[in-house]
Amino acid sequence: MKAFTKHKGVAAPMDRANVDTDLIIPKQFLKSIKRSGFGPNLFDELRYLDEGQPGQDHSKRPVNPDFPLNHPRYQGASVLLARKNFGCGSSREHAPWALDDHGFRAIIAPSFADIFFNNCFKNGLLPIVLEEEIVEQLFQEMYADEGYELEIDLEAQVVIKPNGETHGFEVDEFRKHCLLNGLDDIGLTLEDADDIRAYEAKRREQAPWLFDAVK
Amino acid sequence: MGHPENKKQTLYDKLWEDHLVKSRDDGTALIYIDRHLIHEVTSPQAFEGLRLAGRKPWRTDSVVATPDHNVPSDAAERAGGIAGIQDEVSRIQVQTLDENCKDFGIVEFGINDPGQGIVHVIGPETGATLPGMTVVCGDSHTSTHGALGALAHGIGTSEVEHVMATQCLIQKKMKNMLVRVDGELGPGVTAKDVVLAIIGKIGTAGGTGYAIEFGGSAIRSMSMEGRMTICNMAIEAGARAGMVAVDDITLEYVKGKPYAPKGEQWDKAVENWSRLHSDDGAHFDEIVELKAEEIEPQVSWGTSPEMVVPVSAVVPSPADESDATKKAGIERALEYMGLTAGQKITDINLDRVFIGSCTNSRIEDLRAAAAVAKGHKKADSVKQVLVVPGSQSVKAQAEKEGLDKVFIEAGFEWREPSCSMCLAMNADKLGAGEHCASTSNRNFEGRQGYGGRTHLVSPSMAAAAAIAGHFVDVREMQKRTAVSGGEK
Repeated sequence: MKAFTKHKGVAAPMDRANVDTDLIIPKQFLKSIKRSGFGPNLFDELRYLDEGQPGQDHSKRPVNPDFPLNHPRYQGASVLLARKNFGCGSSREHAPWALDDHGFRAIIAPSFADIFFNNCFKNGLLPIVLEEEIVEQLFQEMYADEGYELEIDLEAQVVIKPNGETHGFEVDEFRKHCLLNGLDDIGLTLEDADDIRAYEAKRREQAPWLFDAVK
Repeated sequence: MGHPENKKQTLYDKLWEDHLVKSRDDGTALIYIDRHLIHEVTSPQAFEGLRLAGRKPWRTDSVVATPDHNVPSDAAERAGGIAGIQDEVSRIQVQTLDENCKDFGIVEFGINDPGQGIVHVIGPETGATLPGMTVVCGDSHTSTHGALGALAHGIGTSEVEHVMATQCLIQKKMKNMLVRVDGELGPGVTAKDVVLAIIGKIGTAGGTGYAIEFGGSAIRSMSMEGRMTICNMAIEAGARAGMVAVDDITLEYVKGKPYAPKGEQWDKAVENWSRLHSDDGAHFDEIVELKAEEIEPQVSWGTSPEMVVPVSAVVPSPADESDATKKAGIERALEYMGLTAGQKITDINLDRVFIGSCTNSRIEDLRAAAAVAKGHKKADSVKQVLVVPGSQSVKAQAEKEGLDKVFIEAGFEWREPSCSMCLAMNADKLGAGEHCASTSNRNFEGRQGYGGRTHLVSPSMAAAAAIAGHFVDVREMQKRTAVSGGEK
């Protein structure tokens, strides 16, 4: 996994509540057996005026001029500003893959859906929860100021605004550690293999029906 | 847990403690996973990850796989097996699951195997998922299995790989929520209406960060199929896990299932499972109460499962909402759905009807739909009514009971087990602008097809809508049938 330490980038809006993972990446693109290449289909139904299909040349499709991510001022944006309950719905990790592939490194919202939130950390994408009023303020400042950039310092757990003002955010110690160092958590868990085996032996004794039933 | 009075545990507390391998200093925990269900959509990248790292599954006997999202529901296309799938990308994905299962030694109920079905239908019906288990799957509707008194939730693909490689998940304990539904449900009111009413009350983020236990006399008297419908949609209330305590109804359901323990092991298991309920006086961080008698048949009108009203109501107005974000949400939903504020729900005309999905494709659901459809015909204005059984086993049982004939005589289409139009990854989908009465779980924009308009309802409400061509209160229809001495 790629590490996340500090990042500074242009902020872009996804200005609606309850953005679901179907909206982030529609189902027809989940047929891919790869982890990459989802970027052109991020928010597909909002970005384009036609129905997208896997394998298409997306550069030839009609784009929706009203969708902010299509506006010149948000090209190259890497920090997504979002509203409440971002990422609700399915567990598809294709959602963070699409955001990452499009170039986003962090998402700031007042709240996230649990599974999506967790999936982000597995992909070097940092979801940041800030109070609703602060997020609202960031939205207003971004709309008012073309090229509005936010800086994120994960070590210090702060979002830094262009005027130098900072907003602290919470992040789990373990997730922070993995992100800062770009660590594969499977490798970390396997360091506890002896504990897992010991637990398993005990469980096999207590509940033998849980083992070897399906073969 | 220092004080004796704090020893009182919720069902979730017990399931968590039973599976705790290790608590780490950083506040995370390693949780052991008993059952790992796999389907074709969220597993290929995980298998690829294992290969790249040279890792093998920790315990292959904990894994059960089946293709469900991409498999055709059309009998002719289905008869050709994997090679017969016409959509190339779908075919590759199903083929990839098949190859991965063979390569890694995992049991797979293949595309036309008698054990195949929607992963959340075949888990309980085979006994692959049991009370007291931790169950995960790269699918958010894994919460379904919590109906058995299990800790079950969806995970992403990275975690699918993690569980395969380590048999564990790195977790933080969730908070406890109790949703208590007391009283007796009225006739024509089903588990689906209960869960939609719950989501309408607490919202799609109401359960975020919680494991929800569903309790109360209305849940206790519900069948396992009904409990599965309720737990299935816990995620639509934001909760990864939903669960119901083990009782006699649970045990009766599990007994005799192919993978359930037998003989002495059964007795031992029953003893072990008898503690799988919340202790009296256990602490819940949040308690939500609903009265069963107040719940009417529900219909979703918008693009989020919380946008739901009783069938007797009207489409809400943004003018009545003071919160600006919510107001904008209602306006956008009305536009997408092509509805007007104040419009009666019963005036919404349907183009298609879908009866199926991991929420409502079990035998009891099909019986409920058939009971309404019997002796009637679908409205001419309804282009298509799909009935898609949740598994090969459900399909066989329904055919044994003659339900397939009831549907076919009513002009409904009897299909092959698959996720089908719940998320339109196979050929079954809505056209742009089409309204669908659907027994599935999500009414998100484009979910059932580009531009499609989904209304979530129960199986009997869907069947009634198919016959009338618009939403009707199924209770009125049942009353009329009773008065006229018609079909029962």
